[in-house]
Amino acid sequence: MATLEITNISKHFGAIQAVSDVSLSLEAGQVVGLMGDNGAGKSTLVKMIAGNYRPSQGTIRLNGSEIVLHRPIEARQHGIEIVHQDLALCNNLSAAANVFLGRELRRGFGPLRVLDYKAMYRRAGEIFRELRSETRPRDLVRQMSGGQRQAVAIARTMISEAKIVLMDEPTAAISVRQVAEVLHLIRGLRDRGIAVVLISHRMPDVFDVADRVVVMRRGRKVADKPISQTSPEEVTGLITGAIERG
Amino acid sequence: MATMLDQTMAQKRRTLGAAVLANQTFWVLLAVVLACVFLSFATDSFATSKNLYNITRNTTFVAIIALGMTLVIITGGIDLSVGSVLCLCSMILAVVMHAGYSIEVGIAASVATALLIGAFNGVLIAYLGFPPFVVTLGMLSIARSLAMVASNNTVVFQFGPDHDKLLALGGGAWLFGIANPVIYMIVLALLTGFVLRWTRLGRYIYAIGGNEHAATATGIPVRPIKVGVYMISALSAGVAGIVQTGWLGAVTTNIGAGMELQVIAATVIGGANLAGGTGTALGALVGAALIEVIRNSLGLLGINAFWQGTFIGGATILAVLFDRIRNFRQSE
Repeated sequence: MATLEITNISKHFGAIQAVSDVSLSLEAGQVVGLMGDNGAGKSTLVKMIAGNYRPSQGTIRLNGSEIVLHRPIEARQHGIEIVHQDLALCNNLSAAANVFLGRELRRGFGPLRVLDYKAMYRRAGEIFRELRSETRPRDLVRQMSGGQRQAVAIARTMISEAKIVLMDEPTAAISVRQVAEVLHLIRGLRDRGIAVVLISHRMPDVFDVADRVVVMRRGRKVADKPISQTSPEEVTGLITGAIERG
Repeated sequence: MATMLDQTMAQKRRTLGAAVLANQTFWVLLAVVLACVFLSFATDSFATSKNLYNITRNTTFVAIIALGMTLVIITGGIDLSVGSVLCLCSMILAVVMHAGYSIEVGIAASVATALLIGAFNGVLIAYLGFPPFVVTLGMLSIARSLAMVASNNTVVFQFGPDHDKLLALGGGAWLFGIANPVIYMIVLALLTGFVLRWTRLGRYIYAIGGNEHAATATGIPVRPIKVGVYMISALSAGVAGIVQTGWLGAVTTNIGAGMELQVIAATVIGGANLAGGTGTALGALVGAALIEVIRNSLGLLGINAFWQGTFIGGATILAVLFDRIRNFRQSE
């Protein structure tokens, strides 16, 4: 059974049809590369899965049962995590504070519960070590490099038992060495049995790390095939429309 | 792994000193202490218990409101209405008690007024997207006008049956000879500091100021919290108004006029950044203390009172200079 099953999903904003009639399934421990030109509907599709937008039509099933997401927090409660393209970090807070933002660990009883700094620093440190990132939990995000910031955003998805991680252009704004780090991280998520959706413009990244590639054009899914059965040339053709369907 | 940890620990110790030196609140506190030491030697009248009593008590009214203002400023907002809200809350208290109600009823009415005004400001700002500057500027005018309406623009100095209780509340010194307002200020500062450092609410207030979009994306209830901080800000003005009424023993419709600027100056001197994301409870107290020490010392040193504004304004700009220098260094 697929972890996530999307059936005939559509989304329109007024007269603009952003996504039309897309069906897609995600398997545990599989990385799906989601590709398409600007405005093809990738981000809208992912935001529906993450609870940012409600679909105009269609259904989302998680482990066989239908879910309706009104807010991002509900998606997170279902184990669906998203790493935003702009990372959504607070520069004035520490790495650990950002990792646990909205899900702070606390100690004490009842109304007398206070933030558990020690536990959050420790846990964040463990996650960064696991990610083989040099990020230090107490450092302010303001002082960090692009790769470290990415590690903070990804570490966020690892404090809970995520089933699905959606990544919006994680390698768009970082150095070559850091790209390799992020791809390594994605493999790490996959090996833990997490289904990963990787939105990317970068062909080499998708072919490096993804098991499957899904191509969207003008709101429709035009291809969905294993990486082994396609090529960068074909995918480019599908994205631009030179090839009608894969 | 152990060596790595040791290195990190060593680095932490080294950076602790640097962090203190880079802290604006520390420098301002140092300035306050140095000014006090200097004044103790330079004048006979500074280090007297009566003068110190006056300084600590005068600091409190600005400091209490600065605590509330700090929360607003951390979220990236501003509250210009606090001076007028102080006046309105004092007047409501005075009018209600003058009409023969007990002090409890008077305080309840005053606090309710503050919370209502804060909620009005907050809802317009958080839910309807009004700029904080505009909403609270409007409220600055509205609240003072309502105070005039409530009192028919008269001075109220008779507070009904509980007259003496009110005067004791604001003017007494129930604990070790420390002025009551100072006790209230310390309690409120500890409470504010605790909330900011140890609770989720505090963490979220910083997060909203750091990146409101990120705060929303992670599911933080940004709008209710913003309404909350404006309510706390108005409440702090209300509390200061109640205490000040008890201390002065009279309420006029021009008390608290221009106070918002002193409060904002205190907050900024103490290290809060008007762009949002930084500020502490201690900073608010230290900022308020510096302003009062400057005011007091000019009087004691025999400098014309007309110079007060120059010195306080200069201190405000100088305090922010430290922050700018640090930023220049970082951007290089």
